[in-house]
Amino acid sequence: MSGAKRGGIEVLSGNDMCVEGALAAGLSFFAGYPITPSSEIAESLSSILPRRGGCFVQMEDEIASLGAAIGASLTGRKSMTATSGPGYSLMQEHIGYAAMAEVPVVIINVMRGGPSTGLPTKAGQADVMQAAWGSHGDYRTAALCPSSVKECFETTVKAFEWAERFRIPVTVLPDEIIAHMRENVDTRCIAEAKPFDRLKPGKPPEEYEPYSYEISKEGAAIADFGRGYRFHVTGLAHDATGFPTNDPEEISRCNWRIIEKVEIARSAFTWTEKFMLEDAEILVFAYGSVARTAKDAVLRLRAAGIRAGLYRPVTIWPFPASEAREVFREARKVLVPELNAGQMAGEIEKYLTRGCDVEKINRLDGEIITPVQIMEAAKALHGRKKAQSSD
Amino acid sequence: MSVVNVRLAGTGGQGLILAGLILAEAAARSHGKNVVQTNSYGPEARGGASKSDVIISDEVIYNPKPETIDVLLVLSQAACDKYCGELSPGGAVVFDSSGVVPPPGLKAMGADVTGIAVRELSNEIVANVVALGVLAGAFGLVSAEAVESAVLARVPAKAKDLNLKAVRRGIEEGRRIRSEMEKK
Repeated sequence: MSGAKRGGIEVLSGNDMCVEGALAAGLSFFAGYPITPSSEIAESLSSILPRRGGCFVQMEDEIASLGAAIGASLTGRKSMTATSGPGYSLMQEHIGYAAMAEVPVVIINVMRGGPSTGLPTKAGQADVMQAAWGSHGDYRTAALCPSSVKECFETTVKAFEWAERFRIPVTVLPDEIIAHMRENVDTRCIAEAKPFDRLKPGKPPEEYEPYSYEISKEGAAIADFGRGYRFHVTGLAHDATGFPTNDPEEISRCNWRIIEKVEIARSAFTWTEKFMLEDAEILVFAYGSVARTAKDAVLRLRAAGIRAGLYRPVTIWPFPASEAREVFREARKVLVPELNAGQMAGEIEKYLTRGCDVEKINRLDGEIITPVQIMEAAKALHGRKKAQSSD
Repeated sequence: MSVVNVRLAGTGGQGLILAGLILAEAAARSHGKNVVQTNSYGPEARGGASKSDVIISDEVIYNPKPETIDVLLVLSQAACDKYCGELSPGGAVVFDSSGVVPPPGLKAMGADVTGIAVRELSNEIVANVVALGVLAGAFGLVSAEAVESAVLARVPAKAKDLNLKAVRRGIEEGRRIRSEMEKK
């Protein structure tokens, strides 16, 4: 189904287009353990990758899957795994490892209902905080939330660019609805994608240090194993050469590096959509599948005389902080529908001004939040008197 | 009609998710429509309730899950009981006349989906393709040519004849139930 010659209108799923995005970005190694609702990604790649000279491995579990992908990435291959909630929890160990050892890798986590085994065939958005903070220790990573089948393609291509450029693990977070829904897509985008190749060290092997590059918005170079370069890779705090260290100065440098290299480029990660926000009295903040019903609700609210607008982050991590501060500056009534108990609603509170009235809509039953639910909440919020100051 | 919400529902394993996908492909490829197709099924591989929703629209589709159903096709009593309540005003239900009894008071059309597959084509497995033909024939959601070519694009070479027969017989049955409905 996937990987065929493309060119016209096709009806494809989000998972199909994650596969196409990975291939267009230059994926050549996949290790994974199938799990609903992400299994189609592994299934397609198991037949496509070997035929393209790439490598597909079904591993014994998700911990091993991400471990294998990290190992392959160190040899210069663009590497990825795909999973869902239970597997993503297992992968947290190696997400921290990839962050610490600064190895590019992409994880697609199709969000189903949780916690634990939860709802294998139904949608959730409750892994959004885990995508930023799931592994122990402090580190920064990136995560993208596609809202359409085409965006599954675009976010996967972008995930590879960011992983390769900044030497970080990057997660793509389609929810089950986006991953399994099928839409008409103009597949010409596949041929038009521009893959990004990781930066190469400008030094010969004998002078090369993997962890002494200058932190820059342009990203960080990394040498490929097997090309004459060798260096030590560890999850322990390490010095410029990669060997473990107990020197506080070197430890500090190591730990700040993995945070600052992302923070310095924060604006480069900002990818959002602003829909009818200019004159909006009600600002709806939504992402993934819920942003689609929110958009429907915005249009219907406007038809009913309520000026609503949608602010939709595609990149949820790093959170688009400076843009969000601007967008929320004038907002007085904010509505946050999401398929969890209020995870991103908590995050945006950092950016709201005092006196802003916030209403949450949360569902944990595996079903989408409907346009009617959003409209009803928006109408109630619209009719509410000016909010009391919270202090 | 600029938007039509279609639901194909029955038991897991009947191939209705594939039928919904083929309907969406016919509408998008041959008629340039916007389509969204979504599924719902349980954790089990077979059995359990299964539904496939297809939105066909001239406009951009935001909400991926239909709020009401304009055309409902049901191949099991359980699906009929569960989804008839979601019909839009003026919506129609097509039921498999060999085994499903719709509730009274609806615009209901009985099509011999399983009968055609089992008795005429000797293969229950193509009931989903017969059903697809019925939808095309009865409601003109997609043209006969569009649904035929979409079916052929999805089946292996050795099954093309059988599936072509199934879809054509379905279209014929769809036209029959349509004219019966119009006579009422």
